Amino acid sequence: MSVKLTTRQVGDVTVIDAAGRITLGEGSSTFRDSIKDLTTKGHKKVLLNLADVSYIDSSGIGELVSGFTTVSNAGGNLKLLNLTKRIHDLLQITKLYTIFEVFDDEAKGLASFN
Amino acid sequence: MSNLENPKNVIVDEYLESSLDSVDSSEERAKVAAEQVGLPEDDAYQVGYAVREAMVNAIVHGNRYSANKRVHFVLSRTESSIQVLIEDEGTGFLPERQADPLAEENLLSQSGRGIMIIRSFVDEFVIEKAEHGGTRVVLRKTIPPGT
Repeated sequence: MSVKLTTRQVGDVTVIDAAGRITLGEGSSTFRDSIKDLTTKGHKKVLLNLADVSYIDSSGIGELVSGFTTVSNAGGNLKLLNLTKRIHDLLQITKLYTIFEVFDDEAKGLASFN
Repeated sequence: MSNLENPKNVIVDEYLESSLDSVDSSEERAKVAAEQVGLPEDDAYQVGYAVREAMVNAIVHGNRYSANKRVHFVLSRTESSIQVLIEDEGTGFLPERQADPLAEENLLSQSGRGIMIIRSFVDEFVIEKAEHGGTRVVLRKTIPPGT
């Protein structure tokens, strides 16, 4: 299953609930297009919920980084929520833990934007 | 084949199309084979993941999705490991030319992390030039003793 993205608004924060696999091909391009669309529409506070993302390959990791850069360049912030152990480990291996703000509690993630 | 251990049991030996379907299928077969030889679930996931990354390199960077080029995929069990050979028909790859993905200035790069993750996930990973000029990689993950 490729990635499925559902967007909801909580105050001025856009939460993206992602489910499935973010891998080279359809999964990574879906994610990229969604982030571009949000920034074009002026959404600058983005919380990406990865609780239901079962798998992410290095291309998918690249898209996370690209999304972070896209939102940052628009003057906003992209933060991560609910990492599985495997995704957490990948962020450790790649040192991206030093780049992303990561939360395991949605309320805390939302509050961090204000 | 200097870096290839003698296989005790060849599980798959095929020439695959340069497509993302080949990436998916080889990852799944490697993961299942790793489970069947007794690797724990997390280790089997890592074998599948490493195979996926190596196949992406072969198909995207080596063969450049060419319909005329194949990837040789050999999955086997040796005395002590699960072993995968992946060989493309590209023009070769020099790993030393790759930028360090962990360097501060490269952390926000969109690509270049695959080989580093492969090295983290398997016990041995060798990249060499194939006889015909493409790239051959061999990766191995040790099977726990007694399985």
